[in-house]
Amino acid sequence: MISVKNLTKKFGTFTAVDDISFEVKPGEIFAFLGPNGAGKTTTIKMLTTILRPTEGEVFLNNHNVTENPKETRRSFGIVFQDPSLDNELTPYENMKFHAILYGLPKSEYEKRIPELLKLVELYDKKDQYVKNFSGGMKRRLEIARGFLHHPKVLFLDEPTLGLDPQTRNLMWNYIKELNKKEGITVFFTTHHMEEVDRMAGRIAIIDHGKIIVTGTPEEIRQQSGKKTLEEAFISLTGSAIRNEAGNVGLNQMRVSSRLMR
Amino acid sequence: MRTIYILWLRQLIRYSRSKARMFASLGQPLLFLFAFGFGLSPLYAKAGGGDYIQFIAPGIIAMTILFNAVFSGLEIIWDKQFGFLKETLVAPVSRFEIVMGKILGGATIAFIQGLIVFGITFIAGFSISNIAYIPVGLFFMVLIALLFSALGTAIAARMNDMQGFPLIMNFLIMPLFFLSGALFPIKDLPKALSVVTKLNPLSYGVDGVRGAFTGAAHFSLGLDFTVLVVVIVAVTAFGVYQFSRVEV
Repeated sequence: MISVKNLTKKFGTFTAVDDISFEVKPGEIFAFLGPNGAGKTTTIKMLTTILRPTEGEVFLNNHNVTENPKETRRSFGIVFQDPSLDNELTPYENMKFHAILYGLPKSEYEKRIPELLKLVELYDKKDQYVKNFSGGMKRRLEIARGFLHHPKVLFLDEPTLGLDPQTRNLMWNYIKELNKKEGITVFFTTHHMEEVDRMAGRIAIIDHGKIIVTGTPEEIRQQSGKKTLEEAFISLTGSAIRNEAGNVGLNQMRVSSRLMR
Repeated sequence: MRTIYILWLRQLIRYSRSKARMFASLGQPLLFLFAFGFGLSPLYAKAGGGDYIQFIAPGIIAMTILFNAVFSGLEIIWDKQFGFLKETLVAPVSRFEIVMGKILGGATIAFIQGLIVFGITFIAGFSISNIAYIPVGLFFMVLIALLFSALGTAIAARMNDMQGFPLIMNFLIMPLFFLSGALFPIKDLPKALSVVTKLNPLSYGVDGVRGAFTGAAHFSLGLDFTVLVVVIVAVTAFGVYQFSRVEV
């Protein structure tokens, strides 16, 4: 479903993603892990057409991502690391906006939006403004929106960031249900290893822009000789704390948009 | 087309929900209209210019549109900060459609604000010389709205935060307004000022509105129209180009 070949991204002299290659199979739940600043978000941005790779190729649902961005975009849904809702609109309006951007016919979205809003338990709040929502509610709405246009792949970039255990738990339930029901391939990043253990069929761990290991959670535990995935992750990536590299202005935006959440 | 429509609609919905903004953006034009309009009116009449309200009202209408259009264009910066822009950038739509939706949305809002101020100028004593020319005046208002909505969009495409905002305000919007003939007649100006006003596209917008509503155009309506259309096309093309390079 996703095929990445020798993908590289350089920002000036800094190599954020360094010659990575991997495959994600249809219907798979794939975890993409790494410490802060390892290159996860940069990779996702390249897979989702909003950042041009310096080198390498990506195929998503058999579309070349750089050569055929429009078809690629039709094939995936995404929940970004930072919120991406219009706070002045209601959940229903946010969903409708998305449906129209993706060219869904009216008869279809009028049926599907209530369905999805019910699934993430926001239907009774469909006409309230999103600006009054909590972080968890916004996340749930974003997940519902990501599924709206029947994507083949759903990207989730740290979807559980800042959520309480109850919401996290519910959220993964929705995702699992939709993965089963609609056969959607899920590609996600997270720092919670228990989520990976619970959800992921396969894992890739990236550090300093390079993929250091891929395999099932079981294989990775065995390879590193550790009992838990968390220990395996630390032994593979070292215990030093990372700073997030990159554009200061953009990081500032990331911080401020989180504050406004 | 549906993309452009939904982006346009989104802006109008947001506008209709922020009543505070609607009123706030009327404050400045009203202050100018009443303070300058009445304050300078005796002086203007003594100098043989006639009724200053007749002169300044089209300028104030143009000013309202200028400010609102540029600000609406700059709203893209908020969309970036609140992350909403990403939602449109990963959608299967072209950047051209996104830009056009933005420009048309911003222009519509600016035009509505201009209409409100147009209505208020009558309270200040503004009168139309030839009613048949009202649609022409409204058309020039639309052109001003399009031009500066496109300009705001083009600028915002490459800005990541509002820190550059005072710069735009003081070195672009204010000079555009003050050097446009909105407040004073542009004939018999000192040479340098005369050149600057002739290079300022807003001068042609103000002149078009004034010419249509009061019959006293400095250039001709034909020239005003031509200049505005050429500049709109150029600025829109520039905005589309700038936007095509946006990475988030």
